[in-house]
Amino acid sequence: MHSVAIKPSPAARILWVVIAIIGAWCLGVVALHRGEPINAIWVVAASIAIFVIGYRFYGKFIEHQVLQMDSSRAPPSVLRNDGLDYVPTDKWVVFGHHFAAIAGAGPLVGPVLAAQMGYLPGTLWILFGVVFAGAVQDFMILGLSLRRDGRSLGHMLREELGPVPGVIAMFGVLVLMMIVLAVLALVVVKALTHSPWGTFTVACTIPIALLMGVYLRWFRPGRILEVSLIGLVLLLASIWFGASVAASPTLAPIFDFDAKALAWLLIAYGFCASVLPVWLLLAPRDYLSTFLKIGTIALLALAIFLAAPTLQMPAVTKFIDGTGPVFQGNLFPFLFITIACGAVSGWHSIIASGTTPKLLANEGQARLVGYGGMLMEAFVAIMALIAAASLHPGVYFAMNSPSALIGTTVEQAATAISQWGFVVTPAELLQTAKNIGEHSILSRAGGAPTLAVGMAQLLHNLIPGTQMMAFWYHYAILFEALFILTTVDAGTRVGRFMIQEIAGLIHKPLQATESWTGNLLATAICVGLWGYFLYQGAVDPLGGINTLWPLFGIANQMLAAIALMLATVVVVKLKRERYVWVPGIPAIWLIVCTVTAGCEKLVGPISFTAAAQKYANSLQSGQLLAPAKTAEEMQRIITNNYVDMALTAIFVLLIVTMFAFSLRALVQAWRINHPTAHEEPYVALASVAH
Amino acid sequence: MMKTRWHAFRKWAVQTARLCCGVPDYDVYVQHLREHHPERKVPTYPEFFRERQVARYKGTGGRCC
Repeated sequence: MHSVAIKPSPAARILWVVIAIIGAWCLGVVALHRGEPINAIWVVAASIAIFVIGYRFYGKFIEHQVLQMDSSRAPPSVLRNDGLDYVPTDKWVVFGHHFAAIAGAGPLVGPVLAAQMGYLPGTLWILFGVVFAGAVQDFMILGLSLRRDGRSLGHMLREELGPVPGVIAMFGVLVLMMIVLAVLALVVVKALTHSPWGTFTVACTIPIALLMGVYLRWFRPGRILEVSLIGLVLLLASIWFGASVAASPTLAPIFDFDAKALAWLLIAYGFCASVLPVWLLLAPRDYLSTFLKIGTIALLALAIFLAAPTLQMPAVTKFIDGTGPVFQGNLFPFLFITIACGAVSGWHSIIASGTTPKLLANEGQARLVGYGGMLMEAFVAIMALIAAASLHPGVYFAMNSPSALIGTTVEQAATAISQWGFVVTPAELLQTAKNIGEHSILSRAGGAPTLAVGMAQLLHNLIPGTQMMAFWYHYAILFEALFILTTVDAGTRVGRFMIQEIAGLIHKPLQATESWTGNLLATAICVGLWGYFLYQGAVDPLGGINTLWPLFGIANQMLAAIALMLATVVVVKLKRERYVWVPGIPAIWLIVCTVTAGCEKLVGPISFTAAAQKYANSLQSGQLLAPAKTAEEMQRIITNNYVDMALTAIFVLLIVTMFAFSLRALVQAWRINHPTAHEEPYVALASVAH
Repeated sequence: MMKTRWHAFRKWAVQTARLCCGVPDYDVYVQHLREHHPERKVPTYPEFFRERQVARYKGTGGRCC
C-alpha cells in the first residue's frame, strides 16, 4: 500500500545475479553428482544461497503484495503497550526470542530419519518446503495476528471461519500435543535404553535444576544468566563423572534400564514435574535448555564449517521405494510427513500468534522475524541431515533399524545391512560403540543418538583426544534429552490447563487451577494420554518411532494445513484473490500429503490395520510373534494398532472437515465484492508514538 | 566508541537471553509504570521476576516440538 518500490542499483543487481549463479551451481553439484561422495559444504552453500534469495524476493513479495505490511501502521505492541506482554521491542531481540521458541527437537529428528532415502530428497524438501510453505505459514500467521491485536490462532480461526471449525481445530491441537509429548519422550527412552552413562547424566539434571531453582528463589533472585552458567558447569561435570558410573560394576546397574522401565520413569517424572511449583524444577530447567540449545546449534554450525565432512550416504538410496527399515512408506507422501519441522511445522502457527506479534515494534519487521526465523530453523534441519549423512551408512542403518530386521548382535546386524548394499563389518559396529563409550549402537532409533554420533565425530575432528568422542556423544544426548524433558514438563502443564478448562464445562470447580483436586486429576489425565502412547512405543515390535513418528508428522502437517487454509481464506476476504495461490498451493499440497499418508496408514500393506490383523491371525492360530512373549502381549499390540488406526482416522476426518469449512468461507468471501476480514482499524504509528 | 558498542551489545544480549526465558525488560516496565500508572507501586526486580516466572507457564504454546 504505502510501499514505494525502490529500483535496485546496478551493483545490487549484479550481487543478486552472482548469488543466484552460486546457488544454482552448488545445488547442481548436490543434485547431479553421482557415484563419488560430495562435501557437505556444497549443501551448506546451496542452502544459504536459496535462503537469501527466498528471503529477499519471495519474502518481500509476500510482505508488500500479499500481506501488504505497512510500517506506518501502529502494531499491537504500541496500541496496547502494558510494559509486560505488549512491549515494542528491538527487532533482533524479538528475532532471538522467536527463534528460541520455534527451535526444538523436531528439526533435529525428522531429517535424521529421512536420511534413509539418501541426503538429496530430504535436502530438496527442506529447501523448497521452507521457502514456499514453512516460512510462508509462519510469516502470514504472524502478519494476520499483528493486524488483530496479537490474537491466537484459535481465536482467529473462530473469527474468520466460524465457531465450529475453531473448536475442531483446538481439539486437533490438544491431540497433536499428546502425540508430540509421547514421541519426544520416546526419543529419550530410545537414547537411554541400557545406557548407564546417558541415564546418569540425564538423571543429574533433576537435582541440578532443583538447586538452580532454590538459588534463583532465595539466594540471587532473577539472576538467570549467572545461575545458568553454574548449571552448565555442573552438567558438564556430570557428563565427565558419567564415564566412571558406566565403568563401575556397582553403580552402572543402578542406572541401567530397559525401554519399559524408562517409559514408566518418564511418566512418573512428567506427573511430578507438572504438579510442582514452576520455580522449583520447570523454570530453571527451561533456562538451562534454552541456552544449551542455542549454544549447541551454534557449535554444530561451527563444526560443520570447520570440519567440512564428506557425505558418505548416497544421494538417493533404494529405500525411496518404501521398503526402508527406519520408516515404512514411499517417498511420496512419507518423506513430506517425516520431515515436518524444518520444512513446515504447524506448531509454529501457535507461536507466531502467541507472544511474538505482541512484541514487534513495527509491521516492517515481521518478515525478518516470521520468514527469517523459519529459514534459520530450516538451516538447523539441514545441519542435522548433514550430520546423519556424514556417518558411515552401515553405522546409520545399524542405529536406526529395528531389531526385528537386523537382529540383536553385531554379526547379525552387519550381515543384514551388508545385504542391503551398505557393506559394514561387525568390528566397525563394535568400534563405533566403543568410541562413544556405549555397549551397543544397534536399534537406537529416534534421531537423537544418530545425531549425537554424527556430532561427536564432527567435534572429535576439531578437538581430538581419547575419550573426547564419548564425551561429545553424551553431551549431545544430554542436550537433546534436556530440552525434550522441558517440552514434556511444559506441555503436560499446558495440557493440564486445557483439560481443566474442558472439565470445567462439566463441573465448574474443576476449572480452578489452584485447586489440588482439579490439578491432580487433570494432570493424571494428561500424563495418562501421552503416557499411553509412550508405553505403546516402548513395547512396539518395530521399535516405536517407526509407528509413532508418522502419526506425529501427520498431525503436525495437518495443523500447518489448517493455518495455511486460514491464511488463504483471509487473503480472499481481503479481496486480494490474485494472490490466493501463495498460501493456497502449500495448503493443498499438505492436505494431499496428510490425507494420502493417513489413508495408507488406514488400509494397505503398511497400515495399522494390517499390523493388527497380522497379530490377530497369529493369535488365532496359536502362534506368538516377536516381541510378544505371551497371548496378553499379543492382544495389547493388536489393541495399540487399532487405537493408532482410530487416531489416524480422526486426523483424516479432521482435515477433511476443516477443508470443507474453509472452502465454504472462501466461496462466500469471493462472492462478496468488498473486504470482509476482521482486521482492526488502521491507526497511524505517528499519531500514537511518543 | 568501542566501549559504547560493547555496552550496547551486552544490553542486547542480556535482554534477548532474558526474553527467551519469558522475562521482559525490567527497566522498560518500570518506565511504563511511572509514565502511565504513577499510582501503582513499582515492584522490585525479584518481585517482577517471580511474577513473570509464574505467568510464563500459564498460557498455551510458547514451546515447540
